[in-house]
Amino acid sequence: MSLYAVQKFFYDANRSAEIQQCYREGGSGRDKLISEYGLTGEEREAILKGDIGKLFVLGCNGQLLMHFAGLLGVPWTDYLEAMREGVRKYGPVRAGIYAMTTATDEKVAGV
Amino acid sequence: MSLVFAGVCSHAPGITGRPHLAEPSVRDEFYRQFYRMGEQMRATKPDAVIVIAAEHFANFFMNNMPAYAIGMADAYEGPIEDPKWLGIERRKIPGNAGLSQRLIREVMQTVDVSYAEEWKFDHGIMVPLNFLTPEYDLDVIPVNINCQGPPLTPLHRARAFGEALRRACDSVPERIALVGTGGISHWPATPDSGKVNEAWDSAFMQRWCSNDMDSMLSYSDEATYSEAGQGGFEIRTFITVAAAARGKGDVLHCKPIPIFAVSCTAATMSVE
Repeated sequence: MSLYAVQKFFYDANRSAEIQQCYREGGSGRDKLISEYGLTGEEREAILKGDIGKLFVLGCNGQLLMHFAGLLGVPWTDYLEAMREGVRKYGPVRAGIYAMTTATDEKVAGV
Repeated sequence: MSLVFAGVCSHAPGITGRPHLAEPSVRDEFYRQFYRMGEQMRATKPDAVIVIAAEHFANFFMNNMPAYAIGMADAYEGPIEDPKWLGIERRKIPGNAGLSQRLIREVMQTVDVSYAEEWKFDHGIMVPLNFLTPEYDLDVIPVNINCQGPPLTPLHRARAFGEALRRACDSVPERIALVGTGGISHWPATPDSGKVNEAWDSAFMQRWCSNDMDSMLSYSDEATYSEAGQGGFEIRTFITVAAAARGKGDVLHCKPIPIFAVSCTAATMSVE
């Protein structure tokens, strides 16, 4: 578990148009970029697949994760649903302060 | 000269980023009050506005996280977020490095604040500026209190920081406005987004308006997290403003708009 490293990647990506471009382009450039962060296999896979639900369950701070969702082109409503789906699929949030307190079928803001 | 204006407001990115999903009449009433707060601020003819925001990893991360930071540059840029996502165009925002430096030197007499000569504004500052200085024609001095990555500064230190800022404002010839942003209860960027504890917000704002410092400092982070979510940690910015202004508050707007994820708040405080 290296939640710090996952979040560091999001922090760097949010601040750098080059990193965002590299992630979007994929391929070996993206693999090399991701390999520099000391991630576990599960974390690496979640970032490469853009698995918002898994990343939320791993404990990523939503203030970072929501911008990764933006990089993936995931609209707000789909971002919220992806996190709910993550909890349904992988269980409760494992770390951090961005846990979920509502039910997975609850849509507090109607979306 | 001194502190000439004090206030607090929401900064949730949905306020500008998701306006089309809100009930128009409810949204527009909030916008009206937010703009009104800006008019009241500008009527005091400030030379600069200090915006105390709880930023969200735009500039500060857990590799080197200051409890308090003040910007010290002649210009900043923002938003760091995708402008389309936030609904605010990217631009340069004027700063005043010389004024920042004088304020920082005075604050440092009692609070060990970090300074930053680079600062990319995120929604914590950009959303308030969108309403308070829509022309972006007023020097901004950004301030951050870490409300994101625990351990967080204790509430009584947020008060001490406010007292230091007041002393600093009173020590310079310029007219300074002070605005705290964030809060109140919310569970931002989670599936809980839209959940608001209206009673908690109302109780906190009553305490803020009466500047009941003992009562504001009595919140524990554990209770805040449980009752007001991780977004509730941002009451630190409100406490700092109250400690600096020493006056009484006047709420222009404080009603939940779930799609904006918070009790949308705009309030001023007399400077005494």
